[in-house]
Parts: sequence; structure tokens; C-alpha cells
Amino acid sequence: MATARTAPHVQLDPVTVRRARRLARKVTAPVVAMARTHTTVSVERATLRLAGLTGADPQRVPWVNHLVDAVRDSVGLEHGIALPVWDALARDEAPDLLTCAQKAAAGGIGFRIPEGRDAARAARGARAAVSRGIRRIDAARRERDRLIARWGDQPRRPWIYLIVATGDIYEDIPQAQAAAREGADVIAVIRSTGQSLLDYVPEGPTREGYAGTYATQENFRLMRAALDDVSRELRRYIRLTNYASGLCMPEIATLAGMQRLDMMLNDSMYGILFRDINPIRTFVDQRFSRQIHARAGIIINTGEDNYLTTDDAVEAAHTVTVSQLVNEAFAKEAGLADWQLGLGHAFEINPDLPDSFRLELAHALLARTLFPNAPLKWMPPTKHMTGDVFRGYLLDGFFNLAGVLTGQGILLVGMMTEAVVTPWLSDRDLALQNVRYVLGACAGLAEDFHPPADGFIANRARQVLGEAVELLERIVEHPDRVPLLAAIADGTFGLMRRPADGGKGLDGVLRRAGGYLNPAIDLLEEGATR
Amino acid sequence: MTGPIVRPYGDITGDGMVQLSFTLPVPHGKRAEAAAAQLARRMGVDPALVVHSKPMGDDFTFFVVYGPVHHLVNLDEVRVLEREYPLLGPAEVNAAIRRRLRRPLVVVGACIGTDAHTVGIDAILNIKGFAGEKGLEYYREIRVVNLGAQVRIPDLVAQAQEDRADAVLVSQVVTQRDAHLHNTRQMAAAFSEAYPAGRRPLLVVGGPRFDEHAAAELGVDRIFGKGTTPGEVASYLVHAVSGGASVQQVPA
Repeated sequence: MATARTAPHVQLDPVTVRRARRLARKVTAPVVAMARTHTTVSVERATLRLAGLTGADPQRVPWVNHLVDAVRDSVGLEHGIALPVWDALARDEAPDLLTCAQKAAAGGIGFRIPEGRDAARAARGARAAVSRGIRRIDAARRERDRLIARWGDQPRRPWIYLIVATGDIYEDIPQAQAAAREGADVIAVIRSTGQSLLDYVPEGPTREGYAGTYATQENFRLMRAALDDVSRELRRYIRLTNYASGLCMPEIATLAGMQRLDMMLNDSMYGILFRDINPIRTFVDQRFSRQIHARAGIIINTGEDNYLTTDDAVEAAHTVTVSQLVNEAFAKEAGLADWQLGLGHAFEINPDLPDSFRLELAHALLARTLFPNAPLKWMPPTKHMTGDVFRGYLLDGFFNLAGVLTGQGILLVGMMTEAVVTPWLSDRDLALQNVRYVLGACAGLAEDFHPPADGFIANRARQVLGEAVELLERIVEHPDRVPLLAAIADGTFGLMRRPADGGKGLDGVLRRAGGYLNPAIDLLEEGATR
Repeated sequence: MTGPIVRPYGDITGDGMVQLSFTLPVPHGKRAEAAAAQLARRMGVDPALVVHSKPMGDDFTFFVVYGPVHHLVNLDEVRVLEREYPLLGPAEVNAAIRRRLRRPLVVVGACIGTDAHTVGIDAILNIKGFAGEKGLEYYREIRVVNLGAQVRIPDLVAQAQEDRADAVLVSQVVTQRDAHLHNTRQMAAAFSEAYPAGRRPLLVVGGPRFDEHAAAELGVDRIFGKGTTPGEVASYLVHAVSGGASVQQVPA
């Protein structure tokens, strides 16, 4: 972990902090209860992926989609995918899961909801199959620990986080390796625009993405192997990041766990607010994906930066804090530990505003103090990058300084050509020089940085926390069974109104029946391996 | 004092000084610097001062070059292609809608026909936006109804009528056998049939394969090509609904 220096902080009222956390739990509890009584097509497909079902038909429709659709059409999904499928296997309708999916796609399998001893038999079979996937995730986690022990880990914080996004996995690989050699500790592969709205996970290696590269199991495997090669060369474990978001969040989390990805972007409300995905679909999918991430030892990155790019970074500062608290509450419930919470925030205050840097420091220190053991994800300026690359370079320098001064855990490297071009080789090189200079010149400066308890920074931090508590109180007061859904519906976050019965993917949400069975969720909640 | 002939200004009138930076796929060294100087000379910078060169990995070098260019610009010969509408920021768009419509502007968007590629329409409509600009949902004074993919033309017309759309945005990515042109003509015809003359909503289509000049031929009001940002669309809509385009006048 980081060098044993006093962590930077501001003085907050411990009673207010406890109150904020209590309110966050109160806001999230009814949503968790709802997630426990619903399932989605993607949760059920993820369950099949854990049981080893992979591949797609010649039209590239994945077999997990075929099988889930076939079961849904014949006996419904309210009991989960496991009972009808492993009942069919036990009745020798098909010799194995893949054949079962292929026959089911052609309408050749008679599914039923088994009862009594038949149900017990199907449950045993499903659990045995799904537990192999869980053990594969466990093995990937042990492998990560082993490689970090062998090759070493970046001791310095923040970790330097760089993005590659060519659309072609075979172009991404050399770029990612070059970025690691230039000093990146974490490589993120941006997804193709619009993948979040696909209700299936593409298959195989892909070479044609739009402003990014498709997240597929094979792309995950290829990139992780390439980063292992460069980690071995650099004697430093390089982490790999992708996106568990959108309509296939549970499946992508599952694939990431099996292919040993190290970080995943995984926000509780991003898809709802910014992609118009149905709120219930998102929360159900999110809980499953976070349970997987917890098990896989994956660090999640949340997306609070998005609130500041759509709203004013000063006026809306407290919405970031609220989102961080909500993300933390959901994450803890799903089993994630503090070290796995890359809670997000961003340097997006208008630089023409007087004291803008002091305000940035106040907001960053507030996050640092509220979540002392979380590796906060610090996001660079985008909104006020104008095309004036010289001014942008200076702004990125101040962003880096704020990151060092306030003890951020993960620093996404800002590009001076943000909003101008996708980063050139030279942009990335200049950006890394900027980071290296600030980290080298100021690494220990946090030790000397103690804003006075009654000064501008501390007062501002307390003010934002106070506004966050007020907003959480307003949400709790919603006279709805699930107040958070009502708040999302009336536009409390990010200016977007998203009703619980609207948005994409609603038709993939199902209320669980009394006998619902999902061995993946059982294994994850029990911490069991068999 | 300034005549029509100008050249770049460093610190003395007429010195012609410019700065530029670029990367060459050449290993760092004297040869790379000479190559950079040669490139700059061919660009009209002479003498070219290579003030900075830095290796980036084994195979690339980054340069900063200063020097005077000999080119002149005659301001009398400079021609500016005017967009027929001003580019507005979100706040200006909102203010213009409030001022001119006194109610929110209603936009109905869809991918029509068999097209399931919502990338284009989502980039323009979703708050996430495109190219650093927020989508139309972000605008307080624009009400967005995004119908998504594979919408049938009669359904689109019905929805536009129900929501009293001011504008209909349609995205077409799939272009096999000119499907995008065929679909667009059909849509235009359906709207002309369903609305009284001069009262139909603005029809705007977008996609990578459209010719931006073919609007009249296809029966729509505007075509946007690849790389269009939400801000351009919003600015156009404000301009068009307030009488800039040939369609309906909104009663005050």
C-alpha cells in the first residue's frame, strides 16, 4: 500500500458523517430489496456463462441469448434459468449445455418447471456447473495475487491510468504495451460507442469498433495476456480496466472475473441517467455484477465525473458526494471491500471562477476524508478544455497537483487535446511528462498540506457535505415505496428524469417467482465454492 | 495602417514567425532533427529552427520548430462560407426557445426501417452526447422523445402527432441497396400525407452516407452528415422553428 504518511484530510463533524452514511443506507435498502425480488435476462445469461456456455450461432447471436429466450418463451424466467435447463439436462433432452442451447434455439426441447425431487436434482446439477465458473473466478484472483507477488506492484499513489481506444484489439495491444512502458500503471480499453445498449455480448476478437473496442471475452483474454507480457518485462503488474455497464453488465462482469481483469467501471446510476436504461434493470444487474466484482477482487470505478460534465461543478458538487455515498452503500451490501471502491470525482470547475483551485481542493479533500480507505478515482478536466492546448496543459498540471496534494488513488491522465482529437502519440507523451513532473516535484507535499480547520477549504468541504445530507434527506422523504426510484424519476440527479417504468431493457426485467433459483447468487452470497 | 496583405506576427510586424510541433517516425538523433528541419522548410518555414526534439520510445521523435514563413495572406481574397444559422451554446438555445416558442421544443427521434443502429440518434439525443457536447436531452427547453430502433414509419408519424412534435429526427446507418434513401422518401411522404400543407414538423435526417445537399430531393428539411454534433442540430432547430427554414410558423 501507499507510504505510511498522514493521509490528507479536512476536519468534518463525525456526527454529520455518520448521518450521511445512515441516510445512504436508508436510500439504498429498498432498492436492494427490489433487486432481491427481481431478475433480468442478463443475470440469467451470466449464470449460464458461469456454467461454461460460450459461443454464438453463425449469425453471431450468443448461445446464452438463445437459451434464455427459449426458456422464457416456453416456461418463463420467473423461476430462473437454472431449474428448467438442468431439469432438461437431467431428463436427457440434451447431452450437454451447448447442445441444449442449440436444440432449444430450434425449438427442440420441452422445458418445464420441475418440482419436488426433480427440482432438487436440477438444483444440484446447476450448482455443480455454475460453481465451476465461480472457482474459475477464484483461480483468476489467486493468479493475480501470485503475479503481483512475483513481479511487484506500483507502490506510488496515485496509479497512472491511461486509455487506449482504436476500435481494433490488435491495434490496442501495442498501444497499451507502449503506454505501460511509458509509465502507465492501469490501462483502460474504451468500449465501442453504443455497446452499452446492445442486449448481447459480442463474441471473439474484434477489429471494428466505433470510437472504442468491443468488450468481448476473447478481447479481454488477448489484452490481459499482452499486459502480462509487458508486466513481466517491466517487473510491475499492469492492471487492465473495462466497462461493466449497460444492458449486459452482469455478463461483462462475469467475463472480466474469469479473464482476470483488474478494474471495472461500474456505477450505480450512470446507465439510468446518461444512457436511459431502465432503473430497475440497472439496479438488479448492478447488484449481481458487484457481487461478482467483490468475489473476483476487482476494483470498481464509479462515474461521478459525469454529473459535473452535465451540471455546474460548484452548484452540483454535493450530487457527487451523494452519488459516492450511494455507490458505497450499494457496494458494501454487495460484498465489496473499501480497497475495491474507486469512487469517482473530477476536476471540472470553471477555471475562470475566482478560487476555482481552492474549491477543487476542498471537494477532493472532502472525498478523501469521507472515504479514507477507498482508492479514489480522480478524473481530469474535459468541460473547460477548449482547444487552447496550451491553457489545457496548464489546467492538467493543476489537476495533477490537486491529485497529489489530496492523496488520490487512481489518476486518469488528462490530455491537452481533449475535445480536439483522439490523443496522438505526442499528446500522451506530453501528458505523462506533466504527471511525472508533478509527482516527482510534489510527491510528499501532502504531508505539509493541512488546511486550517476554519479556513476556506475546510468550510467549503463542510458546506458540500451539508448540502449532500440535505439532498439525501429529501430523497428519503419521497412518499414512494422505493424513494430513490421516485427521486430518479423526478430529475434529482444530473437533470435527467428517468421513470421506473421507462427506459431501455425494461422488457428484460422479471419479478422472481416463489421457487426462484439462481445458484450463482447463492454461491456468491454464501461465499461457497461448491 | 494594416493593408490587405498580412503575414504572421511574432514580436515585430512582418516577421512572419510561426511555431509548430509534430512527430516523425524516426529514431531520435541528428538525422531526425535534419529531417524535421527539411519538413519545416518545405512547409515554407525558412530558416527553420528546431528548438526542441525529444525521443518518444525507440522509433519516434517529437519536435518543436520556430521560424518565419514567407507566405502572405491577402485579406481581400479571403472568402468565408457562412452557415445559414449561428452556432449557439445550450444556454443560448434554451433562451431562444423560451423567447420564440414560450414552451419547450418537442423533438421526436428514431431509427426507421430495419435499422437497429442507434449510435447516431443516441449521440445526438442522449445526455451523454458526442464529441464533448451534451445531447439534446441536456437542454432544459427541449423535450426529447427517443423511440429507439426499428420504428415503423406509421408509428413514427403517430407519435409525432401525439407529442405535437416540432421536429422529427431520424438516423439511418444501414445503407444496403440505398435503404436509407428509400426510407427517407417514404417517411417524408407519410408526413406530408398526415399533416395539412405547411404544418408538418421539421424533418431532419442524419447518417454517414447521406449527401448533405440532397434534402430537397428527399423531401426533408435538413440532412446532417458524419461528425455532426448535438450543438449544431440544436442550433439549426432553433433557427428553423423560428422561421428561418421553409416550414411552419409557430403562432406566438
